[in-house]
Amino acid sequence: MYTKDGESYFIVDAHIALWDARAENLRNVHGKQFIDCFYDYHRNLSPESEVWTYDEYLYQGGQRLMKDLFEDGYVDHAIFQPAALTEFYRNGFGQTEEAYELAAANPGRLTYNHNWDPRNGEQGLEQLRADHEKMKFTGVKLYTAEWHGESRGWKLTDPWAYRYLEACRELGVTNIHIHKGPTIRPLDRDAFDVADIDHVATDFTDLNFIVEHVGLPRLEDFCWIATQEPNVYGGLAVAMPFMHTRPRYFAQILGELLYWIGEDRIFFSSDYAIWTPKWLVEKFVDFQIPEDMSEYAPVTTAQKKKILGLNAAKMYGIDVPAELRLPEADATETGPRDPEAADLATV
Amino acid sequence: MTALATRDVTDADVRAALSGVLDPELDEPITDLGFVRSVEVDGGDVTVHLRLPTSFCSPNFAYLMASDSKDALTGLAGVGRVVVELDDHHDSDLINRGLAADAGYRGTFGHEAEKDLEELRATFRRKAHTAAMERCLTALLRADSTLAEDGLRSVRLRDLPAGRERDALLSRRSALGLPDAPDAPVLVDHEGRPPVAGDTAMFLRRARSTRISIDGNAHFCRGLLRTRYEGSGADQAPRPDGAEPADHHLLLPLTPLTSGTAVADATPKES
Repeated sequence: MYTKDGESYFIVDAHIALWDARAENLRNVHGKQFIDCFYDYHRNLSPESEVWTYDEYLYQGGQRLMKDLFEDGYVDHAIFQPAALTEFYRNGFGQTEEAYELAAANPGRLTYNHNWDPRNGEQGLEQLRADHEKMKFTGVKLYTAEWHGESRGWKLTDPWAYRYLEACRELGVTNIHIHKGPTIRPLDRDAFDVADIDHVATDFTDLNFIVEHVGLPRLEDFCWIATQEPNVYGGLAVAMPFMHTRPRYFAQILGELLYWIGEDRIFFSSDYAIWTPKWLVEKFVDFQIPEDMSEYAPVTTAQKKKILGLNAAKMYGIDVPAELRLPEADATETGPRDPEAADLATV
Repeated sequence: MTALATRDVTDADVRAALSGVLDPELDEPITDLGFVRSVEVDGGDVTVHLRLPTSFCSPNFAYLMASDSKDALTGLAGVGRVVVELDDHHDSDLINRGLAADAGYRGTFGHEAEKDLEELRATFRRKAHTAAMERCLTALLRADSTLAEDGLRSVRLRDLPAGRERDALLSRRSALGLPDAPDAPVLVDHEGRPPVAGDTAMFLRRARSTRISIDGNAHFCRGLLRTRYEGSGADQAPRPDGAEPADHHLLLPLTPLTSGTAVADATPKES
């Protein structure tokens, strides 16, 4: 919980990882390129005081994670969203066993989400069922840009993806987190295209689709799709740290999200360990839309409370102390959900 | 052209040619973005190295910029052998082999390519127009508090103040084949169609999210390149659209809005 100016905020960090990118776990040069890319994100967007050394960045371990999130970071509950990346890392990038064990040891604090890859076919489906039997997860993280033999990406509309989504439905795995990395094949079109989310959200209305990074770098496509589907949500991983170096950009992202998808469908995430939650929570509570951006209404304290934790708590059934709860906005099923969030639209 | 062909190709010729190569996604010359890592001229032979903000930048855009660069240089008068190489990308080997063999897009990417990249280019030409249009119209809205979003349907090209943003819009319209007559409506899609009555605010809002995306991505990519390659900021031209206080070190006057006359003077280059 974070308290400032007499207001208390229940914090759910909806996207964290426990990764291992140390040299002994690298399978090839792409593993190194991948963690270097993350490290550049980290160095580029963090305040100087929050920048880690490269060695610290390669691996944190459970103890450090618990400290960064729960001792220092004000987080009440965090959700693992693991990326497998088995083509790049010998034992995978996200450490499944370690994360699952840590969550099992701290059930009030941590939720473990799993992942799957439709290209693993029938065998992967069996594995998913067996993993679910053991781990009882209610959510999965899907990374569509994952490499797999000759294939360097997949789409949610692939026939095998539908088989896996049907299995999720059957198992009660209702929260489908999607990271739209640059999907490769075919290269002819925009690799960041999010149109496949539109299809599956329509075909699986009983599942929630949480688009991580709010579709960045295609915010516009994401907003448009999320507006039309009642079961599409936006995760702020990667968008949050822009508050520091690019607050005007962040203001516009937030302003657009509030206008298009509304205050009940946006989730805070630090994307730990790319960034740490402490400074992000502090800065977000202090954040306001710049006055000269008259096309957006100011962000309210209630909206911040929902984004920082109440929205994700509701989806995951995380218990929130009664005094920290808020009622839902009276938004429409489809959008724009909050046209009042636009000042200019009302003049 | 034989007279020209006898003159040696210079470093400046090469960079001038490369300034015509755009990052299609960011709608900016690769020379402004700092993507040209080195230029080497040896008699008529030219070797150029390109670099990108991450190893995982989308390979289709990476290929487009590299192959457009090779085409631009091959077309230079007096040029001999042209080598273009993309450094430090996950597909560097594949792309560089394809460029060296002039294998083309499909020859380079094999089963990962279906037809060509023209639809991709067209998508981003449209987005570039959408963003340029929104910048002009939001500037009008901010400058005139009596103007409502619905009123934007009647705005014509002649109503836009002269300056960088209008020039940018005219060039993006021209790329799509849209008219530049003074009475042509501004708020239109890529085929020149205005929104139907009642949809104006939504139309503008969608355009705005496109503009925010492009500006945000352009600055993030610039920043990542500076983080990845120390000193590369010196090779970047400032981007006024979407600039923030953190860009001060680039000696860019602060642009509080997407509009304003200060911006018009701040642009050393415009594609």
